[in-house]
Amino acid sequence: MRTWPTIMNRILKPALAGLICLIGFTPLAIGADAYKIGGLFSVTGRGSFLGDPEKKSMEMAIEAINQAGGIDGKLLETVIYDTEGDPQKAVSGISRLINKDEVIAIIGPSNTPPSLAVKSFAERAGVPLISCAAGITITQPVTPWTFKTAQSDAQAVSAVYAHMKGRNIKTIGILTVADSFGESGKQQLLSQAPNFGIKVVCEESFGAKDTDMTAQLTKIRKEKPEAIVCWGTNPGPAVVAKNAQQLGIDIPLYQSHGVASPNFIKLAGDASEGIYLPTGKILVAGLLPETDSQKPVLQKYIQEYESRYQQPVSGFGGYAFDAVQLLAKALKGADGDRNKIRQALENITGHVGISGVFNMSETEHNGLSPEAFVMVRIQNGTWALEP
Amino acid sequence: MTQSSLHETVRIGLLTGAVAAAGILFDNAYHIQVLVFIGINTILTLGLNLLMGYTGQISLGHAAFYGIGAYTSAILTVHFQFSPWAALFPSLGLAVLVALIVGIPTLKLSGYYLAMGTLGFGMIVFIVFRELDFWTGGSSGLAGIPSLKIGSVDLMSGRNFYYLVWGAVLGTLVVSRRLIESRVGRALRSIHGSEHAAMAIGVNTQAYKLQVFVFSAFLAALAGFLYAHCIGFISPGSFDFMASVRMVTMVVIGGMASIWGALLGASLLTLLPEWLHAFADYEMIVYGLILMLVMIFLPQGLLRGLLDIYERSRNA
Amino acid sequence: MQELLQYIFSGLTNGAIYAVIALGFSILYGATRLINFAHGEFVMLGALGLITLWQGLKIPLAIALVLAVLGVALIGFLFERLAIRTVSRPEPIVLIIITVGASIFLRGVGMLVWGKDAHSAPAFFSFAPIDVMGAKLLAQSIWILVVVVALTFALHAFFKKTLVGKAMTAASISKKAAWLTGIPYEWMILLAFVLSTATGAVAGVIITPITMCSYDMGTLLGLKGFCSAMLGGLGSLWGALAGGIVLGVLESLGAGFLSSGYKDAIAFGLLLAILYIRPSGIFGAKDLHRF
Repeated sequence: MRTWPTIMNRILKPALAGLICLIGFTPLAIGADAYKIGGLFSVTGRGSFLGDPEKKSMEMAIEAINQAGGIDGKLLETVIYDTEGDPQKAVSGISRLINKDEVIAIIGPSNTPPSLAVKSFAERAGVPLISCAAGITITQPVTPWTFKTAQSDAQAVSAVYAHMKGRNIKTIGILTVADSFGESGKQQLLSQAPNFGIKVVCEESFGAKDTDMTAQLTKIRKEKPEAIVCWGTNPGPAVVAKNAQQLGIDIPLYQSHGVASPNFIKLAGDASEGIYLPTGKILVAGLLPETDSQKPVLQKYIQEYESRYQQPVSGFGGYAFDAVQLLAKALKGADGDRNKIRQALENITGHVGISGVFNMSETEHNGLSPEAFVMVRIQNGTWALEP
Repeated sequence: MTQSSLHETVRIGLLTGAVAAAGILFDNAYHIQVLVFIGINTILTLGLNLLMGYTGQISLGHAAFYGIGAYTSAILTVHFQFSPWAALFPSLGLAVLVALIVGIPTLKLSGYYLAMGTLGFGMIVFIVFRELDFWTGGSSGLAGIPSLKIGSVDLMSGRNFYYLVWGAVLGTLVVSRRLIESRVGRALRSIHGSEHAAMAIGVNTQAYKLQVFVFSAFLAALAGFLYAHCIGFISPGSFDFMASVRMVTMVVIGGMASIWGALLGASLLTLLPEWLHAFADYEMIVYGLILMLVMIFLPQGLLRGLLDIYERSRNA
Repeated sequence: MQELLQYIFSGLTNGAIYAVIALGFSILYGATRLINFAHGEFVMLGALGLITLWQGLKIPLAIALVLAVLGVALIGFLFERLAIRTVSRPEPIVLIIITVGASIFLRGVGMLVWGKDAHSAPAFFSFAPIDVMGAKLLAQSIWILVVVVALTFALHAFFKKTLVGKAMTAASISKKAAWLTGIPYEWMILLAFVLSTATGAVAGVIITPITMCSYDMGTLLGLKGFCSAMLGGLGSLWGALAGGIVLGVLESLGAGFLSSGYKDAIAFGLLLAILYIRPSGIFGAKDLHRF
């Protein structure tokens, strides 16, 4: 009756079986005289908004170094794997990088859980790991081989609270996303509040994929706080902004650096007007005073990224860019010796990067201070620097 | 019967040899790491395969038991300074207890209602892992889980963990084999054939289903325990709904009602993402297509399907 | 009081969306005894498709709405012809894994076409929210509720009053008997797929103005829709409607009065309780099917 399925059966069945047997571990070309650097980014899956620009920034930075002749006469070679934000994939990725590709240092992962998962593998193997994730627990307590370039949520919270203190806000309600980013933000919001004389009167959470946060906002409104802080990454906070506007909530709404991208304004539309948020300086590079030491670095990065990829720069790719620059500094004269690289990384001070000025030490493997953040306000669909 | 069980013994012997040989041949720690994940997934799949293949009951919430095994041991070792081995029994015990409590009402359901019941249970457990942040570390996960030691030998070093996991896989295989060949196994197959007929000839179908459900939960918890101490870090994301779906997929792709199918399914679906790295952004499309094509053309699973092709080509 | 009303309004809006998704599950289950785990992805295709047509290509809203739904229905048609019908042994578990594979495949396609960032669309109408005793009711929510109820009535009429609808019901009761009376049941299955995916797309297009849309939005929505269909009783249209509303309102009340972190757990806990007491859902028929 139906012939083509049987034909498909005849031909495709063996072909499929053959295909599955054929795909093997894909061999990778090994450059003889190059330093191999590994990358672990969540290029797809949750957190792809981090991993995608990070991967691009890393490739861009490495290419620039190679065009300038490499480091100590050796070119850099990248091997990048996708973690999909999954700790297990990150672990198999890092053991592949360490044992199969034999890289001398690793940049990434993009998210906190995979970073925490791979940390012990890097420590055991003795490979410098420069994470691009926000979680403060990655480098606190400090372990010898793990560094990170992303600003910690602790610094973002300090920036938000300092701004509130300036405006005499005493009670807040917080609304955090139920994932590692929101979780870590919530802990910082709760633990730092007393230092700024702020009281958290209501704490709520929402699911990363929820479509409506009216219930949580209604509950917060009932407690009558003087401001609301929402801690999450897109798209949830944009829904929060929309819902808050619909409910006619007129107290200030603060968002986190997790939404510091032009896409947030696009998503939330006019509901984003008047929202305050902390951000790395990349978002407001053009608005910075000429005296700011980061300004030229930022403008160069933005110009290169946008002309290379033909898309607006993201606030997150800088983490990987900084990691490459720090690593390049540490590689000089280290002769590929992992321990020397590690020590050199630890001794970097005054490095002006995208996310701030890095001052590493034996007890500080992030090296950024709260000054890495500025507060901005969304006005007429764009960012305005807050004093 | 005796002939086939002799064959099985030979096969398990061969597998033991292959495991030992692989342990010696693969000197790359990355390959060993992948083999460890395959082993852990095989234990998971074996338990679920018994439930799905032999009793025809589906579970879309098995990641819950996997998570209970991992989290119980992790919490006891991190917060209460248990030694990992001492934490093994409470974590397996808790999974068995939960399986009993949940299994009694849930297994009265059937078809999609059973699927939904187990799915709901899995979601609740996942949310509990996420929200009990005081113990579980919430979504950020729980780090610093100690590695397993025998005496002063750290099992995380070298190939020790590989041998431990695959030792557990072989043990599980033998026990599963025993179970299938026994009176219980025959009763199970009768339930799969027709639950009403089985009941009519005096098989206590509820009790048998429950036994298998509890046993598969036990195996899932064992896999979870090994996973937690292998990686040293766990987060709720590893035990969500998609993890349960992945487990079911391993069972079906490998081939239901076959312990060798479980081994094949677990191996293939653990290796597939490693191979698909090369496809980058197309990875999901290729993965989805492979799942669909295998099920369209080899609906009895890869093991049966490949054997059919082999036999046909020999007869031709 | 004001809070309670607000929780109920928000629950009704969410519930209505769950209900439309549940309708899609019920139509397909009623006709084929199959659960399509890729259903949520069809919702995603409808939502992102509308955004592209309306915001990207600047097609007028009314036409874009129709095109988005028709386009997704066409994909549903292809899905049935290419994947479901070619299965050599159509057992439920095999079909489930195929639909799981399809959901991963469609998510991959969505990621390639629309990228990894979320998208949003402006509200369809710009009426100010209506104030009911201090609680805000959005024009958008009323519109969604109207669409859902109208859709349920239309589908009900289709299955009870039209010849094709009756033929579909007949084919689902007994393939052989239907075939003997001259009903082409293969066409009925195809039609069920098209109808089901089209309602999925409807859910997608009505959700676009109230939330953010991205390639991975479908999984959770599909799950909630499946849950609603179960709650009401698989295969029943009115059950799907009731199940969706009940789930939405409960979630909202759970988030408001108990804990927003546990709101999904509350909803699923209730689902389990109902399944244990009434294993075939609130409105479900007594007969139980198994694999």
